[in-house]
Amino acid sequence: MRIIFKTSYLQDIKLLKHSGYIFWYGLLLAAVLIAPAALDEFYIGEMAFIFVYAIAGLGLMIPVGFTGLPSLGHAAFMAVGAYANAYFLNQGFPFLVSVPLAAIISAAVGGMIAIPLKRMTGIYFAIATLAFAIIVEEIIVHWKSVTGGNGGMAVDYPVIFGKEMDETWQFYFICLAFLLIVLYLTLNLIRSPTGRAFIAIRDSEISAESMGINLSIYKIKSFAVSGLFTGLAGALFAHRLAFLAPDAFNFLLSVQLLMMVVIGGLGTVHGAIFGAIFVGLLPQTIAIAKDFLPPAIGEFPGLEPGLFGVILVLFIIFEPMGLYGRWLKFKLFLEMFPLYRKATFKRQKSYLKTERVQ
Amino acid sequence: MGQGCLYGLIALGFVLIYKATEIVNFAQGELLMMGAFFAVTYIVILELPYWLGLLLTILSMAVFGYLLDKLIIRSMIGESQFSVIILTISIGFILRSVAGAFWGNDILSLETPYSGEMANIAGLIISQEYLVVIAGTVILSLALFLFFRYSSLGVAMQASSQNQLAAYYMGIPVKRVFSLIWAVSAVVAAVAGTLMAPISLVSPSMGFIGIKAFAAAVIGGFGSLPGALIGGLIIGGTEQLAGSYLPVGFQEITAYLIMFLVLTIRPQGLFAQIQQKKV
Repeated sequence: MRIIFKTSYLQDIKLLKHSGYIFWYGLLLAAVLIAPAALDEFYIGEMAFIFVYAIAGLGLMIPVGFTGLPSLGHAAFMAVGAYANAYFLNQGFPFLVSVPLAAIISAAVGGMIAIPLKRMTGIYFAIATLAFAIIVEEIIVHWKSVTGGNGGMAVDYPVIFGKEMDETWQFYFICLAFLLIVLYLTLNLIRSPTGRAFIAIRDSEISAESMGINLSIYKIKSFAVSGLFTGLAGALFAHRLAFLAPDAFNFLLSVQLLMMVVIGGLGTVHGAIFGAIFVGLLPQTIAIAKDFLPPAIGEFPGLEPGLFGVILVLFIIFEPMGLYGRWLKFKLFLEMFPLYRKATFKRQKSYLKTERVQ
Repeated sequence: MGQGCLYGLIALGFVLIYKATEIVNFAQGELLMMGAFFAVTYIVILELPYWLGLLLTILSMAVFGYLLDKLIIRSMIGESQFSVIILTISIGFILRSVAGAFWGNDILSLETPYSGEMANIAGLIISQEYLVVIAGTVILSLALFLFFRYSSLGVAMQASSQNQLAAYYMGIPVKRVFSLIWAVSAVVAAVAGTLMAPISLVSPSMGFIGIKAFAAAVIGGFGSLPGALIGGLIIGGTEQLAGSYLPVGFQEITAYLIMFLVLTIRPQGLFAQIQQKKV
């Protein structure tokens, strides 16, 4: 346990609280930077994919983890980002213009959809976002002049300053750069007044409102920021897929994104990253595990979604704080050793929470 | 009408569980799918008579719903609504892949004594299957109404849905009542599944109809049983109209568009009974 001696007020809002942060995150950054030189190309591609997922995870974490708005339709924002990016690229916009443009369009969609959504709470909100995702999917299928409908549309390699980025490691660094920007923005956002307002809304809408927070404006802001990040992830995802079809953005993707933030740990920035690593590695793990399983189980087509479901159920029942929560417990165990008590994180006995008038 | 009744029946299952336990069961569509598969197993594969098969389907689904609550959902008491939503979604995914594993991903069909026949009512020619759906819905709703009104278990369910603590003090075993409500809801899903099986074929992905039934439940106000049925009818009706009069693609999304409209105007749904707690 490190006790920080504070000598100035600025220390309270530092991103890197003490030298330990600088050392370990520096080490992590260095490892990520030299990874392309050390690893096989396949793994680099997978890591780039994890970065894209992490951006989307951060985008989803803002409404779900920080504002308490349960969204079941974030695949729609990824779809908007991906298709907008592909469309602008086909119109001849350069990569560095079209990606931010796609993200901004997705943010605008997010802000607009939040206007009818802002009055709803709980399940109504979740179901309305689900309906929104289905409507977007249907629009993509039928707006053939822009999206190519069910026929799909191809996406080229990104071109930066006239140079085509067709190598895997180049795409890796593009994704890494965007991830770092998004991380920095998210960290800054959640310690700014806006982010504090989000968290206040999550903890109690009524108390937030009585503290003078304008609920509807902040909910719209939360969704717009989320749309921005998720749309950005979608734009990068388009390059990764190389070919867009509407069924790439179905309900399963929304559930995957949700799974990321839940398994990673709701309400933490680390959680989005942990969740992205987990979700990104899961299909590979399943593929490897298939070789060791009897063919009757290994060959069976619905295995992956089913396994997703099982893992989610186990996490929600046994570790609601997610991977990051598990990591915190482990860290505390080491710091307190041998004084760690199992009951430190024990959930207090809880009763059914009701939202009704009793 | 028939399609609307189906939506209404599934929505009824949602509302039953939500009203009593405040849990939104996103796996209701998958329960329906399980019901349809049980029916196919008993009637087509084991070649039992239709009515016996139906009875067995209802019994097995009741046991299934009871155990689902007792073993899995029960551990979620006190968690936030959001985790429960994710839990039921993942249960849906599990059920879908389990069904795929057991019965295969092929499409099966269910033969009934009445399928393929046409009925002529006052000059309208309607296929019997839809008439049976409508009749089944009416009978089931009537049965549910009588059950909640007159049987002691039904009254106990109403009591525990209105105020759990008070019900508990009155000597009602609230936990068991909750599990029984899940059983009732699974039975409703089983009946809906068996009625739907002859119309749309049986496959693991037939549970997706549940998402549309959600829209029905939301339009009806998510806390009201007649509201759910009316919501189902509204959606079923407008969907058919949109299919005939609007451009392609609208039929798929009318349900959601109507839901958005209703939620924007009345965020509590049309027939809301449950008031939100203020502070």
